[in-house]
Amino acid sequence: MKLLILLGLVLLIIAVHQLMRVIELSREFKNTTEWQVKESDNLFNGKLMLVFGFLFFAFFFWQVNRWNDNSLPGAGSVHGQKIDVLWDANIYLVTFIFLVVNAFLFYYAYKYAGKKDSKAVFFAHDNRLEMLWTIVPAAALAFIIIFGLKYWNEITEKSTDENRITIELYAKQFDWTARYAGKDKTLGSTDYRQIDGGNSVGLDTLDATSYDDILIKNEFHIPVNKEIVFKMRSRDVIHSAYMPHFRAQMNCVPGMVTEFKFTPNKTTAEMRKDPYVIQLMKGINDARALRGEEAVEFDYQLLCNKICGASHYNMGMIIVVESEKDYKEWLSKQKPIKAIASK
Amino acid sequence: MANAHSATITDHVGHHDHAHDHDDHHESFVSKYVFSMDHKMISRQFLITAIVMAIIAMTMSIIFRMQLAWPGEKFAFINAMLGDKWGKDGVLDPNMYLALVTIHGTIMVFFVLTGGLSGTFSNLLIPYQIGARDMASGFLNMLSYWFFFVSSVIMLTSLFIEDGPASGGWTIYPPLSALPEAMPGSKLGMTLWLISMTLFVVSSLLGGINYIVTIINLRTKGMKMTRMPLTIWAFLITAVLGLLSFPVLVSCVLLLICDRSLGTSFYLSDIYIGGRPLDNVGGSPVLFEHLFWFLGHPEVYIVLLPALGITSEIISTNSRKPIFGYRAMIGSMLAIGFLSFIVWGHHMYLTGMNPFLGSVFVFTTLLIAIPSAVKAFNYITTLWKGNIQYTPAMLFSVGLVSSFVTGGVTGIILADSTLDINVHDTYFVVAHFHIVMGLSAIFGMFAGVYHWFPKMFLRMMNKKLGYLHFWLTFVSAYGVFFPMHFLGLAGVPRRYYTNSAFPMFDNLVDINEVVTIAAIIGALAQVVFLFNFFYSIFRGEKSPQNPWNSNTIEWTTPMANIHGNWPGALPVVHRWAYDYSKPGAENDFIPQTVPLAEGEQDGGGGH
Repeated sequence: MKLLILLGLVLLIIAVHQLMRVIELSREFKNTTEWQVKESDNLFNGKLMLVFGFLFFAFFFWQVNRWNDNSLPGAGSVHGQKIDVLWDANIYLVTFIFLVVNAFLFYYAYKYAGKKDSKAVFFAHDNRLEMLWTIVPAAALAFIIIFGLKYWNEITEKSTDENRITIELYAKQFDWTARYAGKDKTLGSTDYRQIDGGNSVGLDTLDATSYDDILIKNEFHIPVNKEIVFKMRSRDVIHSAYMPHFRAQMNCVPGMVTEFKFTPNKTTAEMRKDPYVIQLMKGINDARALRGEEAVEFDYQLLCNKICGASHYNMGMIIVVESEKDYKEWLSKQKPIKAIASK
Repeated sequence: MANAHSATITDHVGHHDHAHDHDDHHESFVSKYVFSMDHKMISRQFLITAIVMAIIAMTMSIIFRMQLAWPGEKFAFINAMLGDKWGKDGVLDPNMYLALVTIHGTIMVFFVLTGGLSGTFSNLLIPYQIGARDMASGFLNMLSYWFFFVSSVIMLTSLFIEDGPASGGWTIYPPLSALPEAMPGSKLGMTLWLISMTLFVVSSLLGGINYIVTIINLRTKGMKMTRMPLTIWAFLITAVLGLLSFPVLVSCVLLLICDRSLGTSFYLSDIYIGGRPLDNVGGSPVLFEHLFWFLGHPEVYIVLLPALGITSEIISTNSRKPIFGYRAMIGSMLAIGFLSFIVWGHHMYLTGMNPFLGSVFVFTTLLIAIPSAVKAFNYITTLWKGNIQYTPAMLFSVGLVSSFVTGGVTGIILADSTLDINVHDTYFVVAHFHIVMGLSAIFGMFAGVYHWFPKMFLRMMNKKLGYLHFWLTFVSAYGVFFPMHFLGLAGVPRRYYTNSAFPMFDNLVDINEVVTIAAIIGALAQVVFLFNFFYSIFRGEKSPQNPWNSNTIEWTTPMANIHGNWPGALPVVHRWAYDYSKPGAENDFIPQTVPLAEGEQDGGGGH
């Protein structure tokens, strides 16, 4: 660290020194026309434009090569896999546009750098060209819009699956609580005025359906291949339930119940065996080893993704996806609220 | 200060006599440099204030970038900047981190790129380029600056109060911003933020009304709307956007003030905080988000359009070619301006807003890509077969086209609600808007400063330092913001004090280091600019009347800051602003004041 500061200082000193030299030089040439752009300036900057273009693309591919493998692994949910396909199609398209348009820009910036005797071509407009680059983007966008909206409607439509499992995610500064319906398969109603030390999520104590609800902290489990409907609530400020591995996100808004549903289709154990994930975790554990921290295994993660206060960065929960059998076994071990209250 | 010369400014007909004796004209220091009503002075005031604000906001970004790259490390720099309370032992406090992020965003978006950019160049160029003696109302113009100044002072004051400044993000979503129990920054700091922004809006409205009235009423003879330089079109559309959207921000802020101080429930409902349930029921934070983004989205174009206007002018001048598709450029700016009012919901796909409403916003948002693409292609076609003169301004303009495209294409991804689900509020978004809005607008601003510096200060900036500044800035800017895409792809949420709380982000340390190092180099590069700028104000070479061989009529005024701009009669305009390298002409430029030759067509038509 000290090295970096030192490096920064050295750079600063060099910069100041250069500046001083420039002052002196500029004083010397005071009554000249330093500001006038000469042919050599144009050619020099034109070449730099071309060089920059190449370096910029090289930097781009270097980053893709080096960092793209840090990206989230393939989605662990049914709709998420569709999003991934759409994402790839779109990202290839925009990368192509990015490369082509920047290539033209930097090439022209190089090629048409001003020379003394050359003259620009007077070319004020051309309806065919302008039509071309109105219609081509419009056509590309039609494709993007149609597929985007098709999936969006699928993802956001109300669940009709009768076997769905409804789980509530309750956010507060700065942790999460997952609430399961219990035996009666009904989440009890809530009343924020009844929140207190023993009733942390504000259950309505008059509603008997809440007595068998189960509250889970730190790590919650869901079964694979079942549609899970999440109902989100917040106690205090806006939070956002972000489950990046499932391509799922929804804000938790005080005074509202928001909703997001998905069907996980890879268990945590399956994900841990995925070659991409193994590679990813190797990178993570190598970095941890450097800092003297112990190795970790892959876990699905719930994060808060809406600024909510000082510990926003530290507000998460682990999600375990497992077979339905394991899930039921896990759930049966969890104590319903009434059992806890009566203790 | 409302002394005799206010008559000079508003009395356009009888101005000639005044202009001749302007040397004898008595002016005190206060009326000339402080409470000036001259558009040129006000423009300089805006610029210098914005530069000061930009330095502060940039320093903030360096502080929080150091924390993100080396979380928990001790930096004497951080302790020196923030003191023992917020930077104990040189480690940034989490609350202060959020405060820095918030104020960095607020200052950059509003004070630098809205107030600074529009305030500087609308004030400087509108009267100059349409051939007016001054703004329609010099007095309102002066008020506009002083509201901006007071608002800046209040914003900066909030940095020094006990609980720290506002820290709920520049979007100040309630209930976080409404409840003092939620975070320290929501106490007095938030109140000051709201007051400051209200004054800022007053400044912006006073300025905007003035710009519109001036452009519509005070164009000189022959300056038809279709002959106006694209800068003026951009300022006009920007002013209209501001006029229609900023009042909504005020109402939004007003309701928040009521919720904070008067116990109303516009944005609050069912909240339990600080160990007790609040009485508020029935409000909705989503209402706030609608109101906020109804300003917030047009705001993006309020920031961007002036930059696009400035670079249109500079690219045409320095390519020695007419801007390609002048009318298409105007059309696309109008389209962008209109569309910008019906896309705000794309910030809210995941707020619990009805998903069908989300689909509508997907459609309108993606439509904006069409006029934006037209603009980008028209810029590139303007370069094609040009005779490009690389002034520092031209370099920054080419930089703008690059960042506009590079940042613009990721907008296509984010506008698609389906794809937005997973990158919403991640660093992918941070990368997108910093490149497309931040870089483009700041490049446009730099371009404008280098290009019109001679009109502002009558001297030239140093060219070689300009080159150095551009290349360092351009390289480091992409070095800062491009890698952020990859953080987004890894799912890193924005506004995290550190990414070390979850093991899933442990392999991203080197990306954060590259970003921070590039940011530090970029910040140091601005020292080159600051030196060049302030040095050249006093010691730069004297500027000739039309250093860039430009067509627009601001270059027909003498190189002196005189009241009324032109001694004698106002110039008469005979042609559009883009007759560069016209076949058959002697020079490669024909100023707008030159009458059309016989049989010559105006507006880039054939012969």
